[in-house]
Amino acid sequence: MDGIKDKVAIIGMGCSKFGENWEKSADDMIIDAAYEAYADAGIESKDIGAAWLGTYVTEQTGQMLSRALKLDYIPVTRVENACATGSDALRNACYAVASGACDIALAVGVEKLKDSGYTGLPDFELLRRQSNTYRTRTYSPPGHFAMMATKYFDRYGLSPEEGKKVIGQIAVKNHHNGALSPKAHFQSETTLEKVLAAPMVAWPLGLFDCCGVSDGAAAAIVTRAELAKKFRPDPIYIKALQIAVGPYEGYMSPKFDWSHVEETVRAGERAYAEAGVKNPRQEISMAEVHDCFTITELVIMEDLKFSERGKAPDDVRSGFFNLDGGLPVNTDGGLKCFGHPIGASGLRMMYEVYKQLQQKADKRQIKNPRLGLTHNLGGTPATCSVSVIIAGNELG
Amino acid sequence: MTGIVSYAAYLPLYRLSRAEIARAWGGGGKGEKAVASHDEDTIAMAVAAARECLKGASKSPVDGIFFASTTSPYREKQAAATIAAVLALSPETCTADFAGSLRSGTNALRAALDAVKSGSLKQVLVLAADCRLGMPNGAGETAFGDGAAALLIGSDGVLASVDSMYTMADEIIDVFRSDRDRFVHAWETRFVRDYGQGRIVPMAVTTALQKSKLAAADVAKFVMYAPDQRQLQTVAKSLKLDPAKVQDSFFNEFGDTGTAQVFIALAAALEQAKAGDKMVLASYGNGADVFTLTAAPGIASWKPVRGLQYYVSTKLLIPTYEKYLRWRQIIELEPPATAPMEQPSPVALWRDNKSGLDLHGVKCRKCGTPQYPEQRVCMECGSKDDFEDYSFSDKPAVLATFSHDSLGISMDPPTTVAAVDFQGGGRITCDMTDRDPAEIKIGMPIEMVFRVLRYVGGFYTYWWKARPKRD
Repeated sequence: MDGIKDKVAIIGMGCSKFGENWEKSADDMIIDAAYEAYADAGIESKDIGAAWLGTYVTEQTGQMLSRALKLDYIPVTRVENACATGSDALRNACYAVASGACDIALAVGVEKLKDSGYTGLPDFELLRRQSNTYRTRTYSPPGHFAMMATKYFDRYGLSPEEGKKVIGQIAVKNHHNGALSPKAHFQSETTLEKVLAAPMVAWPLGLFDCCGVSDGAAAAIVTRAELAKKFRPDPIYIKALQIAVGPYEGYMSPKFDWSHVEETVRAGERAYAEAGVKNPRQEISMAEVHDCFTITELVIMEDLKFSERGKAPDDVRSGFFNLDGGLPVNTDGGLKCFGHPIGASGLRMMYEVYKQLQQKADKRQIKNPRLGLTHNLGGTPATCSVSVIIAGNELG
Repeated sequence: MTGIVSYAAYLPLYRLSRAEIARAWGGGGKGEKAVASHDEDTIAMAVAAARECLKGASKSPVDGIFFASTTSPYREKQAAATIAAVLALSPETCTADFAGSLRSGTNALRAALDAVKSGSLKQVLVLAADCRLGMPNGAGETAFGDGAAALLIGSDGVLASVDSMYTMADEIIDVFRSDRDRFVHAWETRFVRDYGQGRIVPMAVTTALQKSKLAAADVAKFVMYAPDQRQLQTVAKSLKLDPAKVQDSFFNEFGDTGTAQVFIALAAALEQAKAGDKMVLASYGNGADVFTLTAAPGIASWKPVRGLQYYVSTKLLIPTYEKYLRWRQIIELEPPATAPMEQPSPVALWRDNKSGLDLHGVKCRKCGTPQYPEQRVCMECGSKDDFEDYSFSDKPAVLATFSHDSLGISMDPPTTVAAVDFQGGGRITCDMTDRDPAEIKIGMPIEMVFRVLRYVGGFYTYWWKARPKRD
């Protein structure tokens, strides 16, 4: 099994403005993201051989993509993988070109959440699992992830106050990065004092520990690696595409410790093997990870082996994941500030990795990036789908 | 010999102080009333009483469930059948609901005694529960409390025999609630007291004693329904009873617990009874049912683990009257800006009755791992369709982790979310109830309780919740 490494390149990407896009429909945002990607790749809609639409709750069928973009009777498929939907759309498009089924494929992720009337997420099956029978959950996504915070703090001897200071620093960092991202939902700096004083959402998580609920779309155009330079001098090569989907073990087995996410560990290990990464802390230049909540980002740092077990708080305190740190994480503000339109998030992460690897990230640009990673988590710490994708700006 | 084989009371954890009601409406008020939690109804309370009653009662199987209440959650749909399913009883169990008056509990008791004496049933669990509402600022609101009790009726291992039964019917509009009303109403107080309970109970008790050739002096304890302490004393006086022989009905601690009241008081009397003690049990409600009982030699051999003293001393105060109004849905609040609860499918519920109602999971025959809910492929060893039934409801458990979710849908926010680990294996993630958020700690002992999870689509959906174990 030789994997996907260096077989596929991204030659164009686009991303709509994220936020409360009252004036934009899902179709509008799809068009914004796709046409930016077309222009970036230097292609036209008729050049696309197949397309994948990632959306979690906005529409049931992928036909909306063809409708919005007026695609030329090409194959279009809607994919879904909870909050990792966007990454799975990209994965399908990559496999399509790698197989030779077509030369150019389009992946689009979109979500229109703010038509719901709710401040939080709309109702969906993932959260109220088996909602048509007994066992329905009456609690929200923050409620699930807060359980991980409670347990992580307890396990590593942090008082709730100490723990909240650590995860609060993650919010401060992501706000700083978001303030440098013109397309982010939230573009303002914040302070640890403000973070700690914010109202409680799900104890121990406060308002600033939670990501934005946003509208948005993002798009990628991929081709086989050997064709990539026909389109642009600086294509970005896919090094690993991995998804791990949990069997619900965390909700059923006391073996799950509620202070890591097994799906991240599994997807990460497989992605490192596929990409040939031996020491992620050293070799990964930057990462866009699924900080749906600040505690999630903290635990991801350990699950992806950026930090040793129990040591992520030290790395957070020392600024290791800051824009100017040893391994910058969520350089565009992450879900926390860029926002989280579910189906679009995975592709938005890759949009930032792509820009960073092309040295086009403006004020957020990090020095000499070589390998970037996206981590996209759909579900809860106890059971979820996790995608880990690694991309690089050189072959080999 | 036919009689009571085991017994238990159940009172909800919450109390509302009458002074707090008086804060809202003025006036005075002593003591507290027991208040069902926002997720408790008469079925949930009856289940709690039944589980306590059947604990350690390792006697022959229960083949009848008679449920009595004036406040069953349904007008059409049987509560006893739900309770039988929760208790994992055989489908051949004889289930019946008794309703219509506060005498429905003793109607059920009499039917149970007749059934066991005739040999048509072996052991009948008689359950009484009430959760009556008085209108705000009315006497009923202050007086009524919520509670339940269970009596297991049989002829094997009897703790107290029932020696005689006497019944009177009486047509009077004194205390009533029509099919169009949520609240209980009463006619003018003096008429109700003097011509209702105050006339019928003494008359029925006197006749019952005569018929069973007992003098009041022969009786160690009188357990009699009364709407309040004063009326109990009035009736005792008219019967010329020694006040020491009148069983307290816990008006000060729990309030008038309706159908359950005489059974809760009887449970208290049985806890104290000595072999040979004669007792009189008298209910009231459009007539009266009177029973005479004798404590059997085995009276001391079984007592509920949670006796009345447990319920008197284990409680949480509802901080405000407004919260009480919210729990009983007397006031309607602005709905939260989150997605509403989805309607369950009765088809899916029916398929899932075993795991949903009696908290049954499975245990893998190959690797021995307990799992909830039922699985077909083992989470641990992957073997297929090789499981035995496994009950989680009675296993000791601890809290693995938790959060307090302010966005959760609850009448008692925040929703406390719990991952519960069971001794012997298995984990269930569920809501916590009957808790003070400040007391919740990782590792604390947990007990599982049967509660209402949601009311959507015109029917109630129950499930189990975790609560801190308080012993």
